[in-house]
Amino acid sequence: MYLEELSNLPGVSGDEGQVRQALLKYLQEQPGEVRVDALGNVLVRRKAPPGGKRIMLTAHMDEVGLMVTSIEKSGHLRFEAVGMLDPRVLVAKGVRVGREGIPGVIGSKAIHLQKPDERRKPYQLEQLFIDIGAKNKEEAEKLVSPGDYVSFAGTFTPLGEGYYRGKAFDDRAGCSVLLELLLEYPHLAFDAAFTVQEEVGSRGAAVAAYSLNPDKAVVLEGTSAADIPGTDPEGSATRLGEGPAITFMDQSVIADRGLVRELVRAAEGAGLPYQYRRFTGGQTDAGAVSLAREGVPCTVVSVPCRYIHSPHCLLQERDLKLTVDLIRAWLEG
Amino acid sequence: MKELELSTLLTELSQAPGASGFEEEALEVAAGYLRPYVDRIERDPFGNLVAFKKGEAPEEGRKSLALVAHIDEIGAMVTKLEPGGFLRFTSVGGIDPRTLYSLPVIVHGKNRLRGVIGAKPPHLLSQKELEKETRLEDLFIDLGIPEEQVQQQVRVGDYITFDQAAQLLAGGSCLAGKALDNRAGVAALVVCARELERVRHQADLYLVATVQEEVGVRGAITAAYGLAPDAAVAVDVTHGEAPGISGGKAFALGSGPVIAMGPNIHPALLQQLKKLAKEYRIPHQLEAVAGPTSTDARAFQIARQGIPSALVSIPLRYMHSVVELLNLEDLLWTGRLLALLARHLEFNFAWEEEAPCT
Repeated sequence: MYLEELSNLPGVSGDEGQVRQALLKYLQEQPGEVRVDALGNVLVRRKAPPGGKRIMLTAHMDEVGLMVTSIEKSGHLRFEAVGMLDPRVLVAKGVRVGREGIPGVIGSKAIHLQKPDERRKPYQLEQLFIDIGAKNKEEAEKLVSPGDYVSFAGTFTPLGEGYYRGKAFDDRAGCSVLLELLLEYPHLAFDAAFTVQEEVGSRGAAVAAYSLNPDKAVVLEGTSAADIPGTDPEGSATRLGEGPAITFMDQSVIADRGLVRELVRAAEGAGLPYQYRRFTGGQTDAGAVSLAREGVPCTVVSVPCRYIHSPHCLLQERDLKLTVDLIRAWLEG
Repeated sequence: MKELELSTLLTELSQAPGASGFEEEALEVAAGYLRPYVDRIERDPFGNLVAFKKGEAPEEGRKSLALVAHIDEIGAMVTKLEPGGFLRFTSVGGIDPRTLYSLPVIVHGKNRLRGVIGAKPPHLLSQKELEKETRLEDLFIDLGIPEEQVQQQVRVGDYITFDQAAQLLAGGSCLAGKALDNRAGVAALVVCARELERVRHQADLYLVATVQEEVGVRGAITAAYGLAPDAAVAVDVTHGEAPGISGGKAFALGSGPVIAMGPNIHPALLQQLKKLAKEYRIPHQLEAVAGPTSTDARAFQIARQGIPSALVSIPLRYMHSVVELLNLEDLLWTGRLLALLARHLEFNFAWEEEAPCT
């Protein structure tokens, strides 16, 4: 499992360098030809199956995060969100700023100093700031500048047996599955793309799909599991521990029906548990991939993760393994 | 004490769990640091930790000074086990529920269990939900493990603390983490004890780590009664300047300890603190508190027949969150000021001899 190493690395959309470097190091150990394209996608080209169709698997390297927009006189940093973030999860969190990973925290007004009606209103992004402990603007400017990327501090932690807590499981879970498929199964004939900038509109996937020009594609994701209190069981989208989730539709794609059937048949043939993603919201790289060149049959297979797009997601190792197993069964089928 | 050691001391204190009423582990860390510098360490029946350092004055008529810092931190407690193994909880001490989304926690059940306070992903949130007031009762803890295991391990009433590593910030002068309110005060007591290692002092000295301050200044009530010192100084934190907070209610980081003034503070003790700070060039700031302070000084002042009390505070940002932030220099200066007081304090608190305000 490569999730711990990959999830702890910073890799906000447009700043995927550290994830890319970690992947490139591992990818030397597998037979495919590896290159980095103009946008920063990592592309792996393997021999096509004899007379067969080219299959592309993708996972996005980037995660949601922040970007510094200005520095206050006091040395505090103002920021904007990169990707879709609920501002409420940012309060009282540790972050890392810029290439050097300068540690900082997102502070909030002490409860003692708040008026009662102040507390009833959820935090908005523009009320929040990052504190790196700089005395003033001049001192802060020596360490950071506007445009610097900000990621959550990586704190991967096992919870009980086979459960993990950490950041960026969307989509380092997918990266971990894809890397494992590439490294553990050198005989499998497929191409792979670790894409950039999914969280800001699947910008990497579009060009990766153009370059690799596949006949069909499966996007590997970490998707919402909302099997949690306060949500109707019907609204859970996916559930932890019940295996990979197959997408039939999301906001960006209507999945290829034939491909969905192939995956279901592969799961049932191998006796592997699977679930459908029972939610059609959210966008994925499948949208951009399906529209590449003259069109690519595509769907998404996801590892269910709770609390995605927050600094502390939660997933079950069993689902990661079952996702590898399903894709392998399908490819070997 | 070198800066590096200071950050280690505060990191260890910060990371130890110690919610009000559940301070054992934090007290052990504090006792470990104080032990080399004192004559004896005891616990009083309520749970307060008292480190005693004997003064050199003749026993007959020897005075005593108590330096007091509460060791407990804000935390939470399990109130309900939900289907699926999720936990509902209530707060121990004052917490803004808005600071709790997606926080890692430790549930102190039969074993120590790590978990996270869940936050629904934004994809599934309605605009209405985003604008709704955050209420403690709507939040829950996810331990990851199956429901049966949760039922075996966790009971209603189990303590919950935050799973937060302390972080030294760039340049090494600031540190951020949980429970710095008031492990910073406890760390200042350790600095003070170390300063006094080779210094003679006449009065007996009590270095006290009190329990249950965050739920109503309780440990200080029994400690003040039990020790009945001739003077007491509470060592706590006060609000540090940050965007949107200033105007006499908040103090600059890195500008030294904050000495409180007001009815809770004995004027003669205040004068001596100010004089010592000035004489020994310890940077300091002054805070006006118009009523009883919400610190241990409040309880000491009215214990038994009354004890002259004062308050020295370390400025700290984002109080009662897991990213409280302070400057280590302030902590160091606070410890030094306390040591100077222990050495030079004149126990003359007669009202008719009150020094004029300077």
